[in-house]
Amino acid sequence: MKILVAVKQVPDSETKVKIAADGKSLDPADVKWITSPYDEYALEEALRLKEAKGAEVVAVCVGEEKAKDVLRNALALGADQAVLLKGASEDPLAVARALAAFAQELQPALILFGNKAFGSDHGAVGAMVAELMGLPQATLITKLELGEGTFRAEREGDAGIEVVEGSLPAVFTAQKGLNEPRYASLKGIMAAKKKTIEEREAALGEPALAVRTLTLPAARPEGRKLEGDAAAQAATLMGLLRDEAKVL
Amino acid sequence: MNASQDTIFGGSFLVAPLGSQPQFIPEELSDDAKAVGQAAREFVEGEIIPNDAAIDKLDLELSRELLGKAGELGLLSLEIPEAFEGMDLDKLTGLLVLEELGRQASFSVSYGAHTGIGTLPIVYFGNEEQKAKYLPKLGSGEWLAAYALTEPGAGSDAMNAKTVATLDGDTWVLNGSKMWITNAGFADVFVVFAKVDGRKFSAFIVEKNDPGFSVAAEEHKLGIKGSSTRALTFENCRIPKDRLLGEVGKGHRIAFGILAIGRFKLGAGCNGIAKEVLKYTLKYTGERQQFGKSINTFGLIRKYLADMGVRIFVAESMNFRTLGYINDGMHAASWDQPDAAKQKMEIMDEFQMEASIMKVWDSEALGFIADDAVQCFGGYGFSAEYPPEKIYRDNRINRLFEGTNEINRMIIANQVFKKVGNGTLAFRKDAGDLPAFDGPLGRAKTAVERAKRMLQFAVASALEVTGQKLIENQEASARAADMAMEIYTMESAVVRADKLAASGDRWADFARDCAEVFANEGAPKVAAHARLFLAEVLEGEALDAALAALDAIALPAPVAGSVRRGRIADLLIEKGAYPIDLF
Repeated sequence: MKILVAVKQVPDSETKVKIAADGKSLDPADVKWITSPYDEYALEEALRLKEAKGAEVVAVCVGEEKAKDVLRNALALGADQAVLLKGASEDPLAVARALAAFAQELQPALILFGNKAFGSDHGAVGAMVAELMGLPQATLITKLELGEGTFRAEREGDAGIEVVEGSLPAVFTAQKGLNEPRYASLKGIMAAKKKTIEEREAALGEPALAVRTLTLPAARPEGRKLEGDAAAQAATLMGLLRDEAKVL
Repeated sequence: MNASQDTIFGGSFLVAPLGSQPQFIPEELSDDAKAVGQAAREFVEGEIIPNDAAIDKLDLELSRELLGKAGELGLLSLEIPEAFEGMDLDKLTGLLVLEELGRQASFSVSYGAHTGIGTLPIVYFGNEEQKAKYLPKLGSGEWLAAYALTEPGAGSDAMNAKTVATLDGDTWVLNGSKMWITNAGFADVFVVFAKVDGRKFSAFIVEKNDPGFSVAAEEHKLGIKGSSTRALTFENCRIPKDRLLGEVGKGHRIAFGILAIGRFKLGAGCNGIAKEVLKYTLKYTGERQQFGKSINTFGLIRKYLADMGVRIFVAESMNFRTLGYINDGMHAASWDQPDAAKQKMEIMDEFQMEASIMKVWDSEALGFIADDAVQCFGGYGFSAEYPPEKIYRDNRINRLFEGTNEINRMIIANQVFKKVGNGTLAFRKDAGDLPAFDGPLGRAKTAVERAKRMLQFAVASALEVTGQKLIENQEASARAADMAMEIYTMESAVVRADKLAASGDRWADFARDCAEVFANEGAPKVAAHARLFLAEVLEGEALDAALAALDAIALPAPVAGSVRRGRIADLLIEKGAYPIDLF
């Protein structure tokens, strides 16, 4: 059984993001790049299935040269193979095409994604790959069980838990709660050094979407301290809520 | 001797011209080292920091569990040879790991006692059977280790131990007691020092269930409250004959050799937590408003912030420089060679002056940083509800264990005096051809080189009068040690800044500012020490003449500290942390 896990390189959540001079991309100077946290759940699930049932785990990433770091990390955690599809696109459909083309060739029983990439938050690529390949999909899963050529997955939403069943091969997108990802061991890191990362051109096709501008959210205005006794403060506050905040 | 590129040895920095010897800087770390450092960071941020408060309540089960998790990841076996299921990683990678583990002071001490002074005696001095029995389990965390040297009456004077071992047929019988033993509350394996027949200082491996061995209750300590510290008692404790570690009568080599390694490690851990202190101090001083603005806009608060950044930069520069020397020597002796352990210990021995400098300077730098953090927090800094209170207490032990800073200053001075006495270090006693540098960092480089000459002049002049008896004047010796420390740290910072400027590193300007601020104030300290040092051994006209000669070794004009500190503070505030992230 082959399991394909798609991972994406994203800025660390603690990065103080700055916009580059072009006005539509991130200034890379201070960005620390990590594996998108939701992808870590996807990879962990694949590794657990491998340990429980035996499988070959292939990690794939659409990205530039520096994205090899996340593939190296996937190998350190226990992936058997890593493939970099060289290229980049802001269009989720283009990325999905590249991944679907690769998956078509690999013919995995399961394709796992994070439910969205941290930062861009489209939440689209996993579902698009399923559609492009005509495969069943379960998105935002928090539990996954496999039968003989079948799966049973739980999807946790605000309203409760939905249980879905279907046949393999299938596409899944992982939600927080699916598992607790492991840490890379030093032995894993050393072993990953010896493995090669296969490189191919990403079959992105023509993008239908491009980022025009990128702006940071407006800075929060500073707090204000109201003066006077309690009655005066209450009166000022009422005035501000009515005239300035316009919530009354 | 004219120390050059080929002759890096302990103390050679005092005579080698600035920049003539290669100096490792952390910017040159390999991707592998960074990957391991990152793994350690993820473990610390995922498992240790979230348990900070629980660890400090002295939850021994938790500490054991966390050490076990560290073991699963391989973090306990960095220095264990591959033949015994260890990682056998280089010392520079080890330094990165220690910085990360240093971020929780109590856990850092538990970790250091286990992987360092607890495990390394077996790595370096154990026989094949002992290594095979203990190292795989110590590396995995299944067993945890402790090191038992200190006794109620034998602290700095460790050789005055009263614990005795007597051979009775096939068993050693131990009697005596040990104090302040880190990890004693949960350790399975203890490396214990005792005198065979009351005379021959030797090392033994004691297991927790050995008959006649007992562990007392936890000590109540000023800081590192989450680390276990207890006394041990040996009452006709019988252990098999093959638990002798190394040879009878050679225990001092184990005890002191291992402590020298512990000194590097302690220094590395200090800088790891220093970065943490700077981070929360930057956050607080940005949020705290007084007189209608953030207190990080006030000059003196900014000075404290900048000084924290400078000290971290200096410590980092020195730590990696030192471990670079150690690593080169250690790497040359692969574990496949039959006398590898001996060769590796000789490297440690060679650089004991540098090890002591790292221990003393880094622990005292963290002392200043902790103190400044309390000050930046104002009244809140005095409250246990705010973070600086903890580091203020936790760091205090760093100046006491692994050899007190006083003992370490004597080691530094003794090494200097001996190496000058036997001609290993050729000190100049004149003010001729004084080095002068132009260009970027020119004044800082000139200051370092002239400070070296001042130390050379002062020590050589004093030794002519007193000979090796000079070490008996501890106040004078400590001044010599302080001069050597200032020179080593200044040079490490200046050379790194120079290398970063040459490579066009993005932090080159920050590095230059740090190096200049530090040399600006470090070199005059050397001058002041040299004067007072000379006054310890000379009088009257001889002293006047010596001081005049010292004055001839003039320092360059100082630079404006506030300008540089201002830039450093701006950068620290913008980044919210020490800016140079190594991985």
